[in-house]
Amino acid sequence: MKKEISVYFILFAILALLSGVLIGIIASFQFIIPGFFNIIPFIKCRPLHVSLVIAWIFLVSIGGVYYYLPKYCNVSLYSDKLPKIHLWIFILTGISVITSYLLGIFGGREYWEFPPVLAIPVILSWILFGYNYFKTVFTKKDHWPVYLWMWATGIFFFLFTYIESNLWVFPYFREHLIRDITVQWKSNGSLVGSWNMLIYGTAIFLMDRIKEDDSIAKSRLAFVMYFLGLTNLIFNWAHHIYIVPNAPWVRYIGYGISMTELIILGKLIWNWKKDLTKALQDFHILAVRFIVASDVWILLNLTLSIALSIPAINIFTHGTHLTVAHAMGSTIGINTMILIASCLFLIPDVTKVQFNKLEAKFISIGFWIMNGLLFFFWIALILAGYFKSHLVLQDKLSFQDIMLQIRPYIGVIAFTGIGILGAMLMIFLPPVNMIKNYLIKK
Amino acid sequence: MKLNTKRFIISILIASFFIYSVVIYTVGTRVDKGEKWITEQSRQGKLLFQKKNCIACHQIYGLGGFMGPDLTNVISALGKGPDFAKVILSNGTERMPNYHLSENEIDAFIAFFTYTDKTGISPVKDFNINYNGTVNWKDKNEKGN
Ligand code: HEC
Repeated sequence: MKKEISVYFILFAILALLSGVLIGIIASFQFIIPGFFNIIPFIKCRPLHVSLVIAWIFLVSIGGVYYYLPKYCNVSLYSDKLPKIHLWIFILTGISVITSYLLGIFGGREYWEFPPVLAIPVILSWILFGYNYFKTVFTKKDHWPVYLWMWATGIFFFLFTYIESNLWVFPYFREHLIRDITVQWKSNGSLVGSWNMLIYGTAIFLMDRIKEDDSIAKSRLAFVMYFLGLTNLIFNWAHHIYIVPNAPWVRYIGYGISMTELIILGKLIWNWKKDLTKALQDFHILAVRFIVASDVWILLNLTLSIALSIPAINIFTHGTHLTVAHAMGSTIGINTMILIASCLFLIPDVTKVQFNKLEAKFISIGFWIMNGLLFFFWIALILAGYFKSHLVLQDKLSFQDIMLQIRPYIGVIAFTGIGILGAMLMIFLPPVNMIKNYLIKK
Repeated sequence: MKLNTKRFIISILIASFFIYSVVIYTVGTRVDKGEKWITEQSRQGKLLFQKKNCIACHQIYGLGGFMGPDLTNVISALGKGPDFAKVILSNGTERMPNYHLSENEIDAFIAFFTYTDKTGISPVKDFNINYNGTVNWKDKNEKGN
């Protein structure tokens, strides 16, 4: 029997996530105990953590698109070979990235700390992915549901903004600090927007499939929200760098566009009760449960992110753990919840096996523990950020004394991190077992 | 929403992405108050800062890791300055690894931080908040130091 390639994407994704979170935990203890686990010092743990969890995000999103497109979107993949090549490039690049970190060979750019030559296979893999995707979907003559637009947008913009994030190799960009930082955070901001397109597209796809109702994915409102999201992807990134002295209008545009997110927030709150009641009817479906959780996290994080985009608040919060709270809230609370939902939908769908009662119970307990602990983790980051900001502005304590003051919160982060990893193990054990049985079956 | 409307909006957005990018690469980032302090050494220092991945622990303009302090203005900060930075760079501390840097490398870092210091301020501690949520602060050079 031919094995479904997406299952390998998911398997490597889970491996990347669990090891990424483990290394994140080690890194957080290195904050509390200097010299902790010096086999992999902090300078290597941080990039390992970031790259592994980003790998998780991409592997599940990409694996999902490769599976959902032919199975549920009435098209056949332009090429069945390209996904295999894509997976191989991904894994070989991943191994090279990890090796370069362990050897201490860095490119030293935030988020992408590996040497820039490794950007070449990354770019190549996105070209292959895009080629296959567009060749496939352009054969589809009827109107696309919004998620097909979102996946297309995610792929297109990721490719260009990732290339942009490597422009620093040219002296014109690199040597001029203000330009360098501005372009770096322009691209980083849009890159995150691009993967969000892939992930939110997946969430809408899943709800559409589970409810077998494509009216939402084709509705006018869905498209208005999509275009608003894309506008933010293109223009709102300046909130990362309000204090960088580039042209003042860069800041005003970033601020103004960021505030349009209030419309998204307003829509969420307006429909909250109705949407939630509807979703709760399907709460017993495991994938739906994770999507409902991601909705709650969207509400919390969007509120935080809009607040952080107001310069008068940003001036206090920039460079503190409040930014990290936002980053963790969105990558774990929103992205990972949706991606887990995708795994829990895709794996039984491929293997044609359902979770038994015990497995479902396991996943369900993991779900509650993960979300509960994540909430404390998130609040601890917010408090750490608040106190750091306060103490930095007071300007009385030295850097080390400030770090000492916020240490208890970092402790909460480290310990809840362990719990979150445990909960993830509970959630992933049943699906991984399912994949194992599927792969060894002839 | 009609297909043609969608096509129209997406074309406008994609075009504005590329146009805005070029605008940012040029006029949006033309001014750099530290430009005069860009030297061969500061360029080397910047590359070295990346190669050694100092950003894992440090920030420039508040961006980077949180294990160490923001280094944008370490050269002009009260009680710090080039000599202080040199000592830390040559010896490391309990939390910062000793990189066994050469004399040249240390000088390159100092040249780089001298440049970053002239470009602006981070963190901004002295500012005014306006009614519309924007913020103003005085540039160092305007304050006269
Ligand atoms: C593992 C984290 C870590 C790494 C990596 C690191 N530093 Fe540091 N650095 C620190 C900490 C923490 C301090 C604050 C001093 C202390 O209390 O130990 C510091 C202090 C400094 C200072 C003095 C700044 C001040 O305001 O006190 C300079 C300059 C500096 N580091 C430069 C660098 C450079 C350049 C690199 C890269 C070659 C680097 N550091 C890599 C953690 C790190």
